[in-house]
Amino acid sequence: MTAPQIEIQLIAAVVAIACAIPGVFLVLRKMALISDAISHSILPGVVIGFFLTHDLNSPWLILLAAVTGVITVVLVEAIQKTGLVKEDTAIGLVFPALFSIGVILIAKNANDVHLDVDAVLLGELAFAPFDRLIMSGLDLGPKSLWVMGCVLLITLTLLILFFKELKVSTFDAGLSSALGISPVIMHYGLMSISSVTVVGAFDAVGAILVVALMIAPAATAYLITSNLKKLLVLSILFGVFSALAGYWMAHLLDASISGSMTTVLGVVFLLVYLFAPRKGLIAVMYRQRQQRTEVSLLTFLLHLNNHQEENERHINHLNEHINWQKVRSKTVVDLALKNNMILIDNNVVSLTEKGKEFTELALEYIITNKDENIEPMKEDFFLFRG
Amino acid sequence: MSITEYFNLLFTDYTLRTITLGTAVLGAICGMLGSFAVLRKQSLLGDAISHAALPGIALAFLITGTKDTNVLLLGALVSGLIGTFWIRGMVTKTHLKTDTALGLILSLFFGFGMLLLTFIQKQPNANQAGLDKYLFGQAATLVEKDVMVMVTVTGICLCILLLFWKEFKILLFDEDYTKTLGFNTRFIDILITFFIVLAIVLGLQTVGVVLMSAMLLAPAAAARQWTNKLSVMIFLAAIFGAFSGVFGTAISASQNNLSTGPVIVLVAAVFVIVSFIFSPGRGILFKQLRLRKNRRDLQLKKTLQFMHGIAVTHENIAHPHAIKILNNFQGFTKKTLQQLEERNWITLTGQQWSLTQEGFHEAENLYNQQTK
Repeated sequence: MTAPQIEIQLIAAVVAIACAIPGVFLVLRKMALISDAISHSILPGVVIGFFLTHDLNSPWLILLAAVTGVITVVLVEAIQKTGLVKEDTAIGLVFPALFSIGVILIAKNANDVHLDVDAVLLGELAFAPFDRLIMSGLDLGPKSLWVMGCVLLITLTLLILFFKELKVSTFDAGLSSALGISPVIMHYGLMSISSVTVVGAFDAVGAILVVALMIAPAATAYLITSNLKKLLVLSILFGVFSALAGYWMAHLLDASISGSMTTVLGVVFLLVYLFAPRKGLIAVMYRQRQQRTEVSLLTFLLHLNNHQEENERHINHLNEHINWQKVRSKTVVDLALKNNMILIDNNVVSLTEKGKEFTELALEYIITNKDENIEPMKEDFFLFRG
Repeated sequence: MSITEYFNLLFTDYTLRTITLGTAVLGAICGMLGSFAVLRKQSLLGDAISHAALPGIALAFLITGTKDTNVLLLGALVSGLIGTFWIRGMVTKTHLKTDTALGLILSLFFGFGMLLLTFIQKQPNANQAGLDKYLFGQAATLVEKDVMVMVTVTGICLCILLLFWKEFKILLFDEDYTKTLGFNTRFIDILITFFIVLAIVLGLQTVGVVLMSAMLLAPAAAARQWTNKLSVMIFLAAIFGAFSGVFGTAISASQNNLSTGPVIVLVAAVFVIVSFIFSPGRGILFKQLRLRKNRRDLQLKKTLQFMHGIAVTHENIAHPHAIKILNNFQGFTKKTLQQLEERNWITLTGQQWSLTQEGFHEAENLYNQQTK
């Protein structure tokens, strides 16, 4: 690895961490799309800031652009307050308009601005090591590393200082204002930090991909854990891993670094989405199928319990009477047999002692409206689950 | 080229006519279908879908190697639909919320698309240039064939819309009721979503991936302010959309260096702002005026009520009182007293006021009237 390569990976990792932290809170507060809005609408701020400072890494530019981001949020909330349109429409109206202004500003001044729309969308991490911070002749490393390092430091300090407040205002706004922590201040604080982060990361990864770095690690981690601290740690891990893996993938394919970083994020998300232990797609579908079979089983047992006459309990009758398909009734009967709930004698099904006990207990819970007790009861009775 | 020149050329120049017609038709279909997106609170779905279409374009190019618009847009349609159904799957099967799902699909698909685009650019193939026009759209690349496709799709959309009008309408406003009536809500829902995706994909060439959502939303949000009737709203949205398309093209054609997409979006934004402020029923301006008027009216009636309180203690209600005794009551000025007199509720003589019969009656019935 050459020195620029190490520096690029360092920048990518710092950006990923700095994005992941506010991202977690945005996802938890159901405001993920605000990051999208901010990342688009800071463009006019960046362009105007660039006219004034002629330096993409100038702190003034970052501040100006971040203010544009906060203005977006205020504007969206103002439109929403008029009640003319819903929140999502308000977001969808504000940011394309601001972004259009930015694009037009760039297009009209294309000659004197070294800033093109592709760079805005994609960023160019590969060039980041060439823009160096030189102080009194001393090379201190790439500028964007310093910028993002500062942003990360600020974010981390605020996170540690206000962790408790952030937590309570995220999960229970009512409680937090009752405790004297203003949810409004927390909201705008988070928005400001997000804006600053987006602007800082803008240069490195571009407007839209910064959204991926904010939302995807948090969403991925959210599928695995519900603990806020673990959520933060996991999303930082996912972010950094994707950033580094993405860099090497881009190296291999000779393609855009930020594009491949997002692709890796996407692949990681897809894997977790499918295979997460409790909340993943496969786990959820498996659980749903299990529940469906067990509910059918209960219905079946109740039916048996209700009928003494043999023709109602004939095994072929079940297909007609409860209108189950063949496969389903076979699964249910098999499950019942495996759990020793029924006996089949001469094609006539009858409940065993255990089956009777289970059914009567379940029936009582259903009648007294305590359905939630059935789930733990299954643990006691079932040898095999559906 | 100035704008007037543009409109003169419009009737003679073939290219200009094609482009203008194309953007107008596009605006109309987007406005039409956007109305559904706005009313169904799916505004940002458009944003996600348009971004999600990008990898489809790139993949279609990689697989077929042609730059035929229809092939690329077919790819966009497929990947847009995959994105849409993944969003639905995510929201129904996991505990991730809609906003997270939208943001995820939007950014992940777009990032993947960008990866493919940069990958294509590095390929030793001279044919690859011009794919990035799908980012911001280039109306100048519209040819007659594209416009024909747009017109055909718009026609089909209109037919389906009229055919399923009742179903669409009822699903929009009361989904549960629709289900109890026995309609297949899933099918209708998918049909609407499919058409929204279709409209977005059609617009990619003109407005581009990044700004397509505004094209869908803005005309509909503007139209919503003028009416409470679905059919009128859709009609208005189509008109607004068409006009934004035409004006946007005109402005961008009359200047150098201006992509069509952002200009169309800004024109549409102007429509929205005007509608927000000036629409008679819901607009901010008239709402403020009404609020002021009501407040003044209330103030006036409060004064009258206070006077009534004084007058009722006297046998003769027309008994004159000094204006001074109103001083305890903050809500009066010289002007409001005059207004009260204008309405014939009191008579003013010098520094004295007295309630008229009419005013007494009005004050007495003040609360009764409101409950009526």
